[in-house]
Amino acid sequence: MRLTLHVWRQSDARDPGRFETYEANDISESMSFLDMLDLVNERLTEDGKEPIAFDHDCREGICGSCGMMINGVPHGPKTMTTACQLHMRSFSDGDEIWIEPWRAQAFPVIRDLVVSRDPFDRIIESGGYVSVRTGSAPDAHTIPVEKQAADEAMDAAVCIGCGACVAACPNASAMLFTAAKVAHLALMPQGAPERYDRVLSMVETHDEEGFGNCTNHGACEVACPKGISVDYIAQLNRDLFRATLSSRPANEAKE
Amino acid sequence: MELNARIPAGPIEQKWDRHRFEMKLVNPANKRKFDVIVVGTGLAGAAAAATMGELGYRVRAFTFHDSPRRAHSIAAQGGINAAKNYQGDGDSVFRLFHDTVKGGDFRSREANVYRLAQLSLNIIDQAVAQGVPFAREYGGLLANRSFGGAQVSRTFYARGQTGQQLLLGAYQALQRQIHAGAVEMHTRQEMLDVVVADGRARGIVTRDLLTGKVESHSADAVVLATGGYSNVFFLSTNAKLCNVTATWRAHKRGAGFANPCFTQIHPTCIPQSGEYQSKLTLMSESLRNDGRIWVPKAKGDKRPAHQIPDDERDYYLERLYPSFGNLTPRDIASRRAKEMVDAGHGIGPMENGVYLDFRDAIRRMGKEAVSERYGNLFAMYEKITGDDPYEVPMRIYPAPHYTMGGLWVDYNLMSTVPGLFVIGEANFSDHGANRLGASALMQGLADGYFVIPLTIGDYLSQLPDGNGDAAAAFKDVEKEVRDRTDRLLSARGSRTVDSFHMELGRLMWDLCGMERTEEGLKDALERIPKLREEFWREVRVPGSGESFNQSLEKAGRVADFLEFAELMCHDALQRDESCGAHYRREHTTEEGEAKRNDEEFTHVSVWEHRGGDEAPREHREELDFEHVPLSQRSYK
Repeated sequence: MRLTLHVWRQSDARDPGRFETYEANDISESMSFLDMLDLVNERLTEDGKEPIAFDHDCREGICGSCGMMINGVPHGPKTMTTACQLHMRSFSDGDEIWIEPWRAQAFPVIRDLVVSRDPFDRIIESGGYVSVRTGSAPDAHTIPVEKQAADEAMDAAVCIGCGACVAACPNASAMLFTAAKVAHLALMPQGAPERYDRVLSMVETHDEEGFGNCTNHGACEVACPKGISVDYIAQLNRDLFRATLSSRPANEAKE
Repeated sequence: MELNARIPAGPIEQKWDRHRFEMKLVNPANKRKFDVIVVGTGLAGAAAAATMGELGYRVRAFTFHDSPRRAHSIAAQGGINAAKNYQGDGDSVFRLFHDTVKGGDFRSREANVYRLAQLSLNIIDQAVAQGVPFAREYGGLLANRSFGGAQVSRTFYARGQTGQQLLLGAYQALQRQIHAGAVEMHTRQEMLDVVVADGRARGIVTRDLLTGKVESHSADAVVLATGGYSNVFFLSTNAKLCNVTATWRAHKRGAGFANPCFTQIHPTCIPQSGEYQSKLTLMSESLRNDGRIWVPKAKGDKRPAHQIPDDERDYYLERLYPSFGNLTPRDIASRRAKEMVDAGHGIGPMENGVYLDFRDAIRRMGKEAVSERYGNLFAMYEKITGDDPYEVPMRIYPAPHYTMGGLWVDYNLMSTVPGLFVIGEANFSDHGANRLGASALMQGLADGYFVIPLTIGDYLSQLPDGNGDAAAAFKDVEKEVRDRTDRLLSARGSRTVDSFHMELGRLMWDLCGMERTEEGLKDALERIPKLREEFWREVRVPGSGESFNQSLEKAGRVADFLEFAELMCHDALQRDESCGAHYRREHTTEEGEAKRNDEEFTHVSVWEHRGGDEAPREHREELDFEHVPLSQRSYK
């Protein structure tokens, strides 16, 4: 098939950026979206132009590296699908495709479709873990976990940190990302001792990083390639409420 | 090049304990005086950096990704082995050790493998305590599944995303240490060389991928956790950025490269669907637990699968290996699939696959139970192929997946360059000539959490005071790195980097892939230097060296693959036997299995780089098998 691509090109954070238009010919429907971009890049290189920069790695929907707005939708038209898992059979001959980076203040553009998602690491850093010293763990079977709790924790833990939730949210909130980790650990007995300090600390970092507030649009859930439910945000809010009411201020609790 | 494996004395089950006692310790107050660099933040690297930081060392970790969580460990699907014997089916540390040595076709070091089996127990404990959401039974205890090459059920899993969950556990442990100030994290930094001075590793030289800045980082020890080199084949199941650069650069600075020709071809991947394809996708081997592999008995049978009656299907693995059936080790399952396709039984539009069929499993357990175990894998398959595996059998074919070869290390995981340690897939250690399923996660985490944090202390505690000035060495290496980058940018030829990578990949797959011959390898050794020469003359790398430039990154990696590929072929040619995944067509048993030559090849081949036009020199570490007697593997 033959496609017309309008791709966001921006050399760095200072450059205002612009759309450029490319014709993509001889695209077969069994190609993945990123195979298609590779091919466009090969041709750009042969023509002496600079290829389109985009983050990618595993190309099987698990590393979370790739992410771009495709016709205004994070990761494109198919639900539960990352850009690298999207195949060209989702498009038709003659289609125009608009490709842009994630748009969020907290995710500055590095180049073209590549943005910085460093704030995600800092949110995890501020409490998204269980404090357990290497080698100090008891035998695994001394900690039974109710199957349902383990399954629900897993449903949250599948987050790949791609940032689609932020890109989809009208407030550019990262609450689904934050809630997924908070809920994963809160649902497991291992996460219980730090449960309330964790949620306070992670939400505080979330806000400091410049993400917006959650106002329950639910766009994040639709955009999430792993189908993480906004119910986890509700769970985060319950924990946050309880933690805020408790007598210990967050900073004291952390020490 | 001296190869002293430094295997501790004593009975095998006491070696690690004894070694832990005999190693010199660094006292807690002194640990903060030592700088350690960890390159790579996959399972091995993240676990090592987090644990060493926790112990008190000053750790700096480097990754070329934007976050440690992107490392390719994340993509491991099926599970992680541990000899917990929670199923009460007769498992034990000795059995896991035995299976791993045998599965590796007797080309690994017994003492290391035994330690790995012992540590498998601690890994599961550690991961569970971190909150890794492993699959559970209704009673709340951990569930297990079976995997190829074993007759017990010892694989722990988190749906089809075990690697993701274990990596996130290690990543979170690492983030915790970053928060505590114990680890300094450097993202989007690519290691381009190791600096060796006075016979010891002194640090690394990196390129900042955002700004192009070339920088030196000195340390008392360097740990490489940079993964494997399957992408030498261009098409593999590895993530696109996986590469050999870090280990190859270390090799050129004096680290011996062990068994580079031991590359594993995974039996269950989605067959290639066209020329333009950028990578192959693996379908977890755990699918072989319940899926049955078959091809039509008639050659060129074009009927859809459901129209082929049972008596016209050849369930060839069940026929050839009645006791292991569909769970034969990877090398055997791969080779047999290739045989079937080569003989004209291939299925699918390009006749390049075999069926992996869940019809009987769905009948036996119901669709829901199948979906519980494999739902996300089925969904992934459907996304890629457009076929629904609940209705139509999957099509699978082998693809390069894992590399057992890597930098040679001793029992302490130190390379032939003192102070340079290598962990995870990047070292050659534990898998011999073939890795069993669910053992890569185990090895990465054993090395990272439990081995290197202790063994590195033995080295650091014996470092002489006044480590000597290495400033001049850093300067030289920095200059070499810059010159090389300039050379890539200034070639201004007419071919893209990928076109060279694809050409190299095809050549390696044809001549040094699943099946190798003396003639083919000699041909490859003629052709690779020519391709390399053309690369440096004709490559076109657009953009500049002072900014984010993905073409330039790729060019550097392909340039290294073009050198490394030659070493792989030398090794494959020199190893004039078949063993595990290394299959030389000249050496086949009457039953069509790999025929080892224990008389001449019960050793590790370790290659020394000599530079210029000189061929690499081979050194040997002889292997002893005291506990698992050498025998022909039989899975019949």
